Amino acid sequence: MDEVLLRTLTPTVIGILVRRGADFAAAEDAVQDALVESVRGWPDDPPRDPKGWLVAVAWRKFLDAARADTSRRRREVLVEAEPVPGPGGAVDDTLQLYFLCAHPSLTPASAVALTLRAVGGLTTRQVAQAYLVPEATMAQRISRAKRTVSGVRFDQPGDVATVLRVLYLVFNEGYSGDVDLAAEAIRLTRQLAAKTKHEEVAGLLALMLLHHARRPARTRPDGSLVPLAEQDRSLWDTRMIAEGVDVLQAALTRDRVGEFQAQAAIAALHADARTAAETDWVQIVEWYDELVRLTDSPIARLNRAVAVGQADGPRAGLAALAGLDPSLPRHAAVAAYLHERDGDPVTAARLYAEAARSAPNLPERDHLTRQAARLNAELGG
Amino acid sequence: MAKYLLLKHYRGAPAAVNDVPMDQWTPEEISAHVRYMDDFAARLEGTGEFVDSQALSPEGTFVRYDGEGRPPVTDGPFAETKDLIAGWMVIDVESYERALELAGELSAAPGQGGKPIHEWLEVRPFLAAPPTITD
Repeated sequence: MDEVLLRTLTPTVIGILVRRGADFAAAEDAVQDALVESVRGWPDDPPRDPKGWLVAVAWRKFLDAARADTSRRRREVLVEAEPVPGPGGAVDDTLQLYFLCAHPSLTPASAVALTLRAVGGLTTRQVAQAYLVPEATMAQRISRAKRTVSGVRFDQPGDVATVLRVLYLVFNEGYSGDVDLAAEAIRLTRQLAAKTKHEEVAGLLALMLLHHARRPARTRPDGSLVPLAEQDRSLWDTRMIAEGVDVLQAALTRDRVGEFQAQAAIAALHADARTAAETDWVQIVEWYDELVRLTDSPIARLNRAVAVGQADGPRAGLAALAGLDPSLPRHAAVAAYLHERDGDPVTAARLYAEAARSAPNLPERDHLTRQAARLNAELGG
Repeated sequence: MAKYLLLKHYRGAPAAVNDVPMDQWTPEEISAHVRYMDDFAARLEGTGEFVDSQALSPEGTFVRYDGEGRPPVTDGPFAETKDLIAGWMVIDVESYERALELAGELSAAPGQGGKPIHEWLEVRPFLAAPPTITD
């Protein structure tokens, strides 16, 4: 039994404890304790029924904690609302946990941390390492999140959109720690997609798969970024791309397009091109139009300007860029790229340098600085 | 979430409002100041926003490479160096506004007379890792 398989049991076991009358916070703590114990003990002595073992150990941990708490909490219990056990059976426990951990009363960071622990089964230490904060800080973030949702009924249906935003954040987190957050986000989204027929869940899963497939080509061994047009496409994971395309196509036939499906469609069109030159930019622009219509997002408009520059030439791209706020992240980088293609390396070099100064991360800054240096060398020589 | 450095200077920041050197405070005022800093850090740990806090000695030395097989050259400290960092706190917060809010609170640490120092703190965003989805 490997660690990931073990972690898939987490939400089920929490659900069982809640049905037996434990409140969510205590059930979650107990299952976390049981998971930690299993990681210590199982390599030497794996149980034949891992789920049964986890339920038994977690329930014992819950009872121990409840007894230890009784004297301390006797007075508090009087003023605290009694936990309401879920009716059970009607709605899937795992699905309920996704909703609870992404509850709109939580900040995005709290929702992410709680989801990774209670749905993903990661330890507090692993979540802390992934987000580069001390374990004590992450423990507090999680326990505050649990307090925030303590009044939420476990059996209330939630909003899938909030869950998707949380999973998107986990996937998009670039930090590389002990845990591969992108792979974990895919696992959690896949699990969610198996439990709900919502087309945007499929859209997000497709989006993740299509981007994850490109990961081996996205960075050089030294960590520097490789732009899409220069990527070695033989490094792309074709099986993952095929799965992403299948998932997306099944979702699109339902004719309820949303922003994740639109983004996935753009990623699929990139994945479909054997070389950068074969990219179907006209269709990509159409999907960006759809994305802008769906989200009205300035970032989507910015990315659309790049696509327009490819489909209709750099002048058209610059025209699409003209109405956008120059303070948008990556605005200068897009402008630099379009000006270079329009045959104005002086402006492009200046804008690349400006973009480098405001880059939000180091690999991007280095990449933009190299672009500016390349143009400056050509101009000087 | 985004990480920010709250940077405290011995020298190089604009003058604080309550700008009296610490060695001219009463021992009680110093204790109150230290307690404020500790409480602040503990509170941020409680809100899940604390990452790190360190103080630096004002003594420093400049060091540089001096060629293959030679020991590094040391020099200084230079009295005329404009910027002298005293310490920092690293926070992990939901927004830039929250970083400013916390820096404002940290700047209110009590100094002489138990009144806030109104010290200028420098707020610097960390360069993060690149996101997975870029197009």
